[in-house]
Amino acid sequence: MSMPDPFPLENIIDNFNGRVSVAANVTDMPCVVVSPKDLVALCLFLRDDQAFKFNFMADICGVDFYPNLPRYQLVYHLYSISLGWRLRIKCPLEDPPTAPTITHIWTTANWHEREAYDMFGIVFEDHPDLRRIYMWQEFEGWPMRRDFPLRGYKDKYNPFGAERPGAAPSITKGPIGDIL
Amino acid sequence: MGSLTDRYKDNVLFTTSDNIINWSRRSSLWPETFGIACCAIEMIAAGCARYDLDRFGVVFRPSPRQSDVMIIAGTVTKKMAPIIRRLYDQMPEPRYVIAMGTCAISGGVYNTYSVVQGSDLFVPVDVHVAGCPPRPDALLHGMVLLQEKISASRQSKQVPAQGSSQPPLTQPPATIKENV
Repeated sequence: MSMPDPFPLENIIDNFNGRVSVAANVTDMPCVVVSPKDLVALCLFLRDDQAFKFNFMADICGVDFYPNLPRYQLVYHLYSISLGWRLRIKCPLEDPPTAPTITHIWTTANWHEREAYDMFGIVFEDHPDLRRIYMWQEFEGWPMRRDFPLRGYKDKYNPFGAERPGAAPSITKGPIGDIL
Repeated sequence: MGSLTDRYKDNVLFTTSDNIINWSRRSSLWPETFGIACCAIEMIAAGCARYDLDRFGVVFRPSPRQSDVMIIAGTVTKKMAPIIRRLYDQMPEPRYVIAMGTCAISGGVYNTYSVVQGSDLFVPVDVHVAGCPPRPDALLHGMVLLQEKISASRQSKQVPAQGSSQPPLTQPPATIKENV
């Protein structure tokens, strides 16, 4: 799709008057940084403004920058089907991470936010159905956090996992013999 | 045959009846129509016209109640393992398990928080078919190995498996290597 005009990034900056900034060192697509308290207003503006028409929310990613601060970040990818524009929104979060839901703006955000909740423990306020989506409901921990062991915690299905902090060392017995 | 176990010495009656029983069992190994990941694609190919598992009397059945073999074809997640165990428990005895592919054998490359590190940890495996994924030829070889194992089994010497969550193996699991 041809893009005759440059992306009107300054429209966003002007409309939000210091509350939205342009992300440094991003070259592949327009990218803005916003705090969680202005996220909903920004998303509504980008969806409804006739200069943008971002009618498709393509993805939500969680990021954990542990041990750096602010520790968490949400990355939203928007696409304008009619105008062919893409936009990335970065939203840094404190610890414990909470963010407003954008499910009422783009319905598809429902499952994306459940995924970020499942993997990173990011709580989306006012989300209609904030449950785990990949892991089973009884699972403990947030597996994509950088302080979660890559091999998970030791149990009967995973004798090679890490010991839970504070747990006594255990020997797993299986049909193939003792596995330390 | 549980009441006859280890009660009599070998004689022509038992060896002959063993031959007949084993012949009937190995000649109609019906696996469950059940695949988890990419290995299932190879399993399907093995069942189709080019490789044609039907030649061995292997016909896929849609119900565990009608099945003799469970082919664990793919990565077993911790979320899936209890369901596979239930399918195994629903199969009538004698029942056999083929672990197809590296993931089902050992977890494969997925030494992570969510993947079971080997099907041996929740069901007794008779034949391991190595490969990632194994070619249909390898699965055919696994079926032949299972048939050989059944041919060697002795009804009057078997340990009854009732009530045991992990029935002891009458023979050590056979592992075959993909020679392509």
